[in-house]
Amino acid sequence: MNTIQFEKPGTVDEAVALLANGDANTRVLAGGTDLLVQLRAGMVTPSLIIDIKGIDEMRTVTEENGGFRIGGAVSGAELNENDAVKSAWPGVVEAFDLIGSTQIQGRCTLAGNLCNASPAADSVPAMIAAGMTCKIVGPNGTREAPVESIAISPGKTSLTKGEMIVSFFLPGQNANGGDAYLRFIPRTEMDIAVVGVGINLTLDDNGVCTAARVVLGAVAPTALVVADAANALIGTKVDDAAMEKLAAAASAACNPIDDKRGTIEFRTKVAGVIARRTAAIALDRARSN
Amino acid sequence: MAKHHVTTTINGEPVEFLCETQQTLLDVLRDELGLTGSKEGCASGDCGACSVTVDGRLVCSCLVLGVEAEGQSIETIEGMADGEKLHPLQQRFLEEAALQCGICTPGVLIAAKSLLEKNPDPTETEVRYWLAGNLCRCTGYDKIISSVLDVAADMKSA
Ligand SMILES: Cc1cc2nc3c(=O)[nH]c(=O)nc-3n(C[C@H](O)[C@H](O)[C@H](O)COP(=O)(O)OP(=O)(O)OC[C@H]3O[C@@H](n4cnc5c(N)ncnc54)[C@H](O)[C@@H]3O)c2cc1C
Ligand code: FES
Ligand code: FES
Repeated sequence: MNTIQFEKPGTVDEAVALLANGDANTRVLAGGTDLLVQLRAGMVTPSLIIDIKGIDEMRTVTEENGGFRIGGAVSGAELNENDAVKSAWPGVVEAFDLIGSTQIQGRCTLAGNLCNASPAADSVPAMIAAGMTCKIVGPNGTREAPVESIAISPGKTSLTKGEMIVSFFLPGQNANGGDAYLRFIPRTEMDIAVVGVGINLTLDDNGVCTAARVVLGAVAPTALVVADAANALIGTKVDDAAMEKLAAAASAACNPIDDKRGTIEFRTKVAGVIARRTAAIALDRARSN
Repeated sequence: MAKHHVTTTINGEPVEFLCETQQTLLDVLRDELGLTGSKEGCASGDCGACSVTVDGRLVCSCLVLGVEAEGQSIETIEGMADGEKLHPLQQRFLEEAALQCGICTPGVLIAAKSLLEKNPDPTETEVRYWLAGNLCRCTGYDKIISSVLDVAADMKSA
C-alpha cells in the first residue's frame, strides 16, 4: 500500500492551503465513518488525509443572528447534548441522531454526511427544510451557500478544489414554527433510509400555514425540495385534505431506485405516507411553539 | 514517509507507539500494543466489537485512525477491572450468563459502562437503543440487557 500522508492543521487557513496544494486524492477527515469504511474497502486511496478536528471554530456551536452557527466537525453526540438547538430545531437534531449507532454518533458530522453525498443521507433533508446554509472556505475566499446546492449526484459535491465546509448556519425558528424528520427503514435502528422526509412549517395566529419546506431523501439521486408538496400545505390549516395533497405531491416527485430495501412502487407510496406523518409532527410542534 | 510517533493515554497510563496513517486505532491496540481485548468483527462500524472510548466518547476503534489517538485519553476493556476486582458489569455478565462465545462481550461491556456513566438509571428501551450498535450472534440479547438493568438497579440501591 502507498504511504498516506497525514496532517492535523490548527486553523482553517492551514487546512485550505493543504487542500489546495494537495493532489486529487487529498481527503478531509471529519468523523471518518464514511472515509475509513471506503479506505478499508479500497474504494479510495488517499495521498493525504487532513484531520479537521484540531480546528476550534469547526468544533463549536455558537448563537448567531437569533440562530446558531454549528461547526462542520461537531459530532452527532455533541449536537444532541445542546439543549438550545434541540428545542428550537428538534427535527434537525433527530435527523442527525438517526445516523448509525451510539458509536457512530460519537464521530459522525453534518459536513461528512453532506459531503459524502449519499442520496439517503439522513441529516440532509432536515437541514434543507430548516433553510440551513454552509460557510465554505477555499483558496479564493469564503462563501455562504444553501445546503441543497452541495450534493450534485451520488458521491459528488459542488465544492471546488481546495474548498471545505467550515460551519453551518441554522436560522432562528419562527414563532409558531415547527420541524420534523422521519425515515422509513426495514429495521428499527442501524439501517439506510428507504425514504426520508424533512418538513419545516410555520403557522399564523389562526393556525393557517404561511410557509413550508418539504424535502425528500433517498428517492432520487440527491435530496429533493418539493415545492408542490409545500404548496399543498400553505394557506390551509393542514387538515386532512391538505395532508392528502401533500402525500400525493410527495409521491409524484419520487424518482427512486429499485433495490433490496424497497421497490420503486414501494418507495413512491411510502414517501407519501412518511410525508404525512412528518407533517403531523411538525404541525404539533408549530402549534406548541 | 516515516511512521507517526503518537503519544497518548490508554487506561490512565501514558503510552507511545509508532504507526502508519492507514492503521486504525484497533490495529494499533491489537497488533502494536498487544491489547487484544478489543475485537474485530466487521472493520466497518457495524458490529461494535471494537468499542472503546476516546476522551470519554464511545466509538468504534476500527473507524478511528491510530494517529488520531495523539493527545487523547483512551479506555479499553483491559482497563475495566480494578486489578483482580471485576467491574460490576463484568461480574453480572458472568453471574447471569450474558455471554457465550464472548467475541461481542468486550465491546458490549465498554458500551454499557459508557451508558451507565451518562445515564445511571436507563429504561430497557434506552439500553436497547444505546447498545443497538453492538451485535451479538449468541445470546439473543435478553441476558445482556437484563444484566445491564440489574447493575443499574444495584447502583441505585447502593
Ligand atoms: C455503521 C454505520 C451506520 C451508518 N448509518 C447511517 C445512517 O443511518 N444514516 C446516514 O445518513 N449515514 C449513515 N452512515 C454514514 C456516515 O456515518 C454519515 O454519512 C456521517 O455523517 C459521515 O460523517 P463523518 O464525519 O464520519 O464523515 P467522514 O467519513 O469524515 O467524511 C465523509 C466525506 O465527506 C468529506 N468531508 C468531511 N468533512 C468535510 C468538510 N468539512 N468539508 C468538505 N468535505 C468534508 C470527506 O472528505 C469524505 O469524503 C453510517 C455509517 C456507518 C459506518
Ligand atoms: S470491528 Fe469495529 S464495528 Fe465491527
Ligand atoms: S456472545 Fe457470542 S457474539 Fe455475543
